[in-house]
Amino acid sequence: MAGKTFRSMRTPLARVRGLGSAKEGVHHWWAQRLTALALVPLTLWFVVSVAGLAGMDHAAAVAWIGSPAVTVLLVLLVTATFWHAQLGVQVVIEDYVHREAVKLVALIAVKFAAVLLAIASIFAVLRLAFGG
Amino acid sequence: MSAERRPMSPHLQIYKPQLTSVLSISHRITGVGLAAGTLLLTWWLLAAASGPEAFATVQGFLGSWIGYLILFGFSYALMYHLCNGVRHLFWDAGRGFELPTVYKSGWAVVFGAAALTVIAWAIAFASA
Repeated sequence: MAGKTFRSMRTPLARVRGLGSAKEGVHHWWAQRLTALALVPLTLWFVVSVAGLAGMDHAAAVAWIGSPAVTVLLVLLVTATFWHAQLGVQVVIEDYVHREAVKLVALIAVKFAAVLLAIASIFAVLRLAFGG
Repeated sequence: MSAERRPMSPHLQIYKPQLTSVLSISHRITGVGLAAGTLLLTWWLLAAASGPEAFATVQGFLGSWIGYLILFGFSYALMYHLCNGVRHLFWDAGRGFELPTVYKSGWAVVFGAAALTVIAWAIAFASA
């Protein structure tokens, strides 16, 4: 610190804390685990429900998707699914695609596709819920 | 010695596949497959919101032999990824790392996923 004006009372360690990877590094990992945890009951509920409605006609599907509890659970399922999926596919791309340009394009495509599909799915569920 | 002639350490394909490594790569493969399979979920929901005709098209496709094949693969991949995901969550909590436990939980995932898949299809056939 010689020759430099250093007015703060904070130590250099305190100043760097929260910068670099320590700030965001764990976020991806944590989000992947949280969505995984949420998806365990949501997925089991969805599979059992859809299996129980196997071969349903349109009226039955509309009635099921549009009932309040199912609407909420479906929106949660869709949100957690696409969030979790794009985090996972991101890691796979980062591990196996080594050409920077291809990697970047693939990552952007996956993120955009996940948002597009998630919003389309949620829109469909809400449209049925609100009787569009 | 030229760069190409240097001795190399054995690469992946030289090792005998083990339960642990097979389950590990299967988790990734099913994950990517399931991510692609979300297209089916979105198609199904959008069709339901579009009307009876669009919905009948999806249901007709899912009821065909190729539809059944896809749904069967989808269901086992989903149950496998779910069970092995729970196994990973235990590891994240620092539990189950002893080698015998790793093998036990590995087989539990294989058979647990199979059992859950059979249960789901039993419900489906009983309801249809």
